[in-house]
Amino acid sequence: MTTIASLKKGQRAIIGEMNSEEIPLKLLEMGCLPGNEVELIQVAPFKDPLYLNINDTFLSIRKDTARLINVELIEDE
Amino acid sequence: MSKQINVALVGNPNTGKTSVFNNLTGLNQKVGNYPGITVEKKEAVIKLSRNLKAHILDLPGTYSLNATSLDENVVIELLLNKNDKDYPDVVVVVSDIENLKRNLLLFTQIKDLGLPTILAINMADRMDRKGIQLDIDLLEKRLNTKVNLISARKNEGFDALKQSISAYQNISLEPCLDASSIDKTYFESLQKAYPDQDLYKLWLVITQDVNFGKTNRNRISSESGFKPKSDSEIKQLQQKETIKRYQFINNTLKETLTKDLALATGLRAKIDRLLIHKVWGYVIFLSILFLIFQTIYDWSTYPMDLIDETFLVLSEFVKDNFPAGMLSDLISEGVIPGIGGIVIFVPQIAFLFLFISILEETGYMSRVVFLMDRVMRKFGMSGKSVVPLVSGTACAIPAVMAARNIESWKERLVTILVVPFTTCSARLPVYLIIISLVIPNERWLGLFNYQGITLMLLYLLGFGTAVASGWLASKMLKIDFKSYFVVEMPDYKLPIFKNVVYTVVEKTKSFVFGAGKIILAISIILWVLASYGPTDKFDNADDIVKSSTDLSRVTDEELETEISSFKLKHSYIGYAGKAIEPIVTPLGYDWKIGIAIISSFAAREVFVGTLATIYSVGNEDEQTIKSRMSAETNPILGGPLFTFASGISLLLFYAFAMQCMSTLAIVKKETGTWKWPLVQLFGMSGFAYVVALIAFQALK
Repeated sequence: MTTIASLKKGQRAIIGEMNSEEIPLKLLEMGCLPGNEVELIQVAPFKDPLYLNINDTFLSIRKDTARLINVELIEDE
Repeated sequence: MSKQINVALVGNPNTGKTSVFNNLTGLNQKVGNYPGITVEKKEAVIKLSRNLKAHILDLPGTYSLNATSLDENVVIELLLNKNDKDYPDVVVVVSDIENLKRNLLLFTQIKDLGLPTILAINMADRMDRKGIQLDIDLLEKRLNTKVNLISARKNEGFDALKQSISAYQNISLEPCLDASSIDKTYFESLQKAYPDQDLYKLWLVITQDVNFGKTNRNRISSESGFKPKSDSEIKQLQQKETIKRYQFINNTLKETLTKDLALATGLRAKIDRLLIHKVWGYVIFLSILFLIFQTIYDWSTYPMDLIDETFLVLSEFVKDNFPAGMLSDLISEGVIPGIGGIVIFVPQIAFLFLFISILEETGYMSRVVFLMDRVMRKFGMSGKSVVPLVSGTACAIPAVMAARNIESWKERLVTILVVPFTTCSARLPVYLIIISLVIPNERWLGLFNYQGITLMLLYLLGFGTAVASGWLASKMLKIDFKSYFVVEMPDYKLPIFKNVVYTVVEKTKSFVFGAGKIILAISIILWVLASYGPTDKFDNADDIVKSSTDLSRVTDEELETEISSFKLKHSYIGYAGKAIEPIVTPLGYDWKIGIAIISSFAAREVFVGTLATIYSVGNEDEQTIKSRMSAETNPILGGPLFTFASGISLLLFYAFAMQCMSTLAIVKKETGTWKWPLVQLFGMSGFAYVVALIAFQALK
């Protein structure tokens, strides 16, 4: 299963169903919602946290949280 | 008679809400705390028109009404409580033009509470540059409210905003989202159980309890005919609500907002590439820190010397011009130096917060948090703990205050608890004099000076202990507090000078009037203990010393210092020093060092001055004290008192012990209870005692 945590730098994806209760509501409020686009901008040194662009909002989350969010990769043409 | 209305300012973090507040209110703001918690409360009364005044309350920044932190909880508690004296007549939601979509979520939630809600879109001056166009008329229609474009940076649009506030009664109370559409059957039964209540408010009360772990939900669920849902079902409904709101917002913005993507600049990416680089990111961060602390040390020296001087002159003035007696002594030797002891911290606090607020305003702080989070998490802290820990090397007081930025209470508490271990500038004079006494001034490998190495090791020791005890504290503290690491990475901006100034003034004021009271009280107590004695030996010190000294062979000055030394020995504090002698002897100290340790409580650097008084050195010239100290003999073991063993023991004691009343006072203020400062006092000092004991016994 592809999640935000498995994205590579610069990769973009579409957020899929979000079922886990552990996903902080705050993340949804900031625009992390099914159907929206997410791009991995940068990974911090030591591989955590992740720097994302979700729906034009720039934010960083820890890898634990990123693992809970399923995505579908957007293939580059 | 003019009428006064309540206005609440609400908005996401990083929307410039504080600047909007500053522009609306000017300097007549009042800063306090919400009762019982240490969340800042900022308010001001302004005049809107000839007979209308507005009480403006700046609520903490929040992304929604689903609170996860104390700050956010304040917002929802107020908006749900009609009886609160601050309950708003009108709410202004401050949003920024670039993140309008996300900001509107909070707007729709507040509007659905049935409050007149104005939308103020800040940073409108950036619209052209970012290629953004907005159809205000249509947006007002869709949102059913008044929309104002403003720019806090350029101070534009505020008159129009004030007019909208004055005309709040014309604003429609129609909700954006029909609450029952989230889950029809559930909301219908909820409404049936509470027919007189506003449906959306009821829902917020329920979700609030799930989010924030309060108990009043039992009251709601116990009503007949209403089947409550489980926490997990409620969380799913909350997700559903958020998605529904975003659908509404997306549709609204599709009609009203156009963005020319070609104009979105790549500035962020360019700066980020450098600032969060896996090597350069850290190099730059360390350089910035280094610069800041150099500057704090350098710049603070001048005002601190000036403050010192001023209070000395003031004391002298009182002594010379007031009728001699207890009152004059109390004022000139107790109260004035006590106040001086508070004011002396002001330069360091002001400079530190000057830099911190600049780093925050520019957006750099989020990058530091991003860089450091993984490392700090290992030690029970968050990326946001870096600033307090590093600030601690100047002074623990502003550092403890800087921990306010950490949302998670547990991570914040751990940070506050361990910060005093970092080597603050007050330890430096103590370290310097003891190192020069017991560490040889020689070079190792002909290169590195042993004394310099020792000083560096002491700094590393302080930082290492802070981090290690953070790990320990996070294991021991059983605090289950929900807070998530979701950090916004704002755009880089030039700092707004006005905001920086307000932050500095605010933090300084909160130190002087918050912790200041306690510091003043304790310094007066310490002064009384040092200036009075239980026996008549203290009162007759003049005669006793004069009769036992050959008056022809000493100068007046020498006699004077001899008398004050005798007085100190026979004061309450002197007897206290003797009383604790059995406790400090195993560490290699005598009763004189005991006194110095007790009086260090006023401030660690007092150690040197106290020893100077006891040894009747007269002035605090380092060379004289040093030669006097090296001549002291150990009353029990014989030989010199300051040996390698007792010196190391003393250095370790000062490195670990909590002996700064100002820090205790600020920790009490920030945590709201005496529990944590007492934990620090006994925990740190106990640890210091044990380490110093082991060191002395092993080395002697």
